[in-house]
Amino acid sequence: MSLLDIQDYRLAFDTFDGTLHVLDGIDLSLEAGETLGIVGETGCGKSVLARSLLRLNPEPPARVVSGSILFEGEDVLHLPERAMRRLRGRRVAMVFQDPVSYLNPLLAIGTQMEDAIRGQESALGKSRRPRSAIRAQAAELLASVGLPEPQRLLASHPHQLSGGMRQRVLIAMALAGNPALLVADEPTTALDVTVQAQVLALIAGLVKERGLALMLISHDLGVVAASCARVAVMYAGTVVEEAPTAALLANPRHPYAQGLIAAVPDLDNPAHKPRGIPGSIPNLMTPPTGCRFNPRCTLATDICRSDKPMLRELAPAHRVACHHAQP
Amino acid sequence: MFLYLLRRFALAGLMLFGLVCLTFIIANIAPADPAALAAGPDAGRSQIEQARREYGLDKPLPEQFLRYVTDLAHGEFGRSVASGRSVGRDLARYFPATLELCLVAMTIGLIAGISLGMLSALFKDSWLDHITRIFAVSGIALPPFWFGLLLQLGFAVWLGWLPTSGRIGVSTEPPDPITGLLLVDSLLRGDGALFGQSLSHILLPAIVLSLPCLASILRVNRSEMVEALRADYITAARAHGVAPWRLVTVHALKNAMLPTLAIIGLRWGWMMSSTVLVETVFDWPGTGLYAVSSAIAGDFKPVMGVTLIVGLNFMLVNLVVDLLYGVLDPRLRDA
Repeated sequence: MSLLDIQDYRLAFDTFDGTLHVLDGIDLSLEAGETLGIVGETGCGKSVLARSLLRLNPEPPARVVSGSILFEGEDVLHLPERAMRRLRGRRVAMVFQDPVSYLNPLLAIGTQMEDAIRGQESALGKSRRPRSAIRAQAAELLASVGLPEPQRLLASHPHQLSGGMRQRVLIAMALAGNPALLVADEPTTALDVTVQAQVLALIAGLVKERGLALMLISHDLGVVAASCARVAVMYAGTVVEEAPTAALLANPRHPYAQGLIAAVPDLDNPAHKPRGIPGSIPNLMTPPTGCRFNPRCTLATDICRSDKPMLRELAPAHRVACHHAQP
Repeated sequence: MFLYLLRRFALAGLMLFGLVCLTFIIANIAPADPAALAAGPDAGRSQIEQARREYGLDKPLPEQFLRYVTDLAHGEFGRSVASGRSVGRDLARYFPATLELCLVAMTIGLIAGISLGMLSALFKDSWLDHITRIFAVSGIALPPFWFGLLLQLGFAVWLGWLPTSGRIGVSTEPPDPITGLLLVDSLLRGDGALFGQSLSHILLPAIVLSLPCLASILRVNRSEMVEALRADYITAARAHGVAPWRLVTVHALKNAMLPTLAIIGLRWGWMMSSTVLVETVFDWPGTGLYAVSSAIAGDFKPVMGVTLIVGLNFMLVNLVVDLLYGVLDPRLRDA
């Protein structure tokens, strides 16, 4: 049994103007201790997918259309809220994009960590531990992500910390329940470049040390390539290609994945001019029929406009959803 | 934080001076002649002139103002020209009644407004949300005298549960004041019966007075809560496993309380200065009635006294509100 198994997951957002078909038949799985990167443009549904694992998308407007998300064999989509609370932070933890807005500005770091630890323990029906024990655990967590003076940090408020420190605090909070899966949603996007590398190294270290499974969401291929063994490329709510990172970078099969990689500038070879992908992402209220990439694809034929391509395994562990991809 | 406090206090001092100037100016540009009032309806010109000298009204305005300010500094509000009584002593009698009424009304407004606002945000667009919305709109729209009469009819006349008017029963001897607030005094004396009696008397007028305040606290708190519940830090706290109850009552509410606090401060001032209708309907011996009856008689010292004391109270409350901002928001403390 996989740690995480997403099957034919479809999610829609009911808005005032109409229904957005945000995720359209996602199939992905993740083994314990495995690292998976998810790349795609802004608006391709990768963050929505990440939040689905903990059912954090507010319903309404979000509505599950079909499919299942099995985590350790349990379908997250049909768990009652009470059971969901046993997962949140405890089995699946999440790190977010912008550490400024994801920390409560009015509560001390210590209070926020304490509340997370207490909430997780009460969801498991554990008896209430004394405050000092919880504070000690929180300080230990802060120290484990390389933050100095954890005691003083517990008493400080988010606005007193730098962006990098805040992201470390959020990572420490995510580790509080000793989760099996860490979902990192663009964890470095809002940070300075130098801090980005530190945070990525921290996450990679924790994954190795604790044997965590990692789902890293990013629009930056470089970030994913550096920290994940496997990559899934998403386009407009579908997974178009999934492969070991090296295989995908060396030999992308899907036209969209090829376009993404061609768009990355090559610093060692200045003669290489990065190329963009013509067109823009489709309106998800009226997505293209068949393959959602067909209006922008140079290879598109009639079948691309009528039939949705399924993920096919073209090489070992290398799956592509394209009618024209050859083994 | 120290600088923040200093600035707040300096501002309050300036406002106080402005208030003193304003009351003096308003009293002096009003068309009524206080000397004629003091001398009585049948007084001749010479008697009026004598009264004018007696009250110092013949002096040039700057001198009158100086005397007004020095008197105030000594806690002297002057004498009512109609009754000849000391305004300060009158205020000591009437102000606690109004203060008590407003305190109880504000307590009702705070508890009901915040909890209903929180609930309607949590169950946004449900029937509960719609009911509180209708309730809030009518709370602002209903004329207080009409609503007060309705409550009197229902709870006092038909059901007979609560008394119609006054602070305590007519046959009860009012106790010597300690604070002047009957609820507090009766507790200090350990007099349970008196406490029950004052509570039953204050309930209806306080409910009527609290309604507009409750309604606006409810609406502001609701919209702020809706926004706070959508915030990224709430999503993150949920993902980290914070218990739902704690999430709403601490993580979201604390953020929603910042704007709500501003409304509470404003509403307090509004409430203190608009008690007259409620005091009339419930025959409540407070400053609203005192000020209006004096104003109608053209007797300006009591009006100036009430304006000053209500204004001062409003300033103090807003100072407390500013301090509470600092307590709630750590960013302000460090600024």
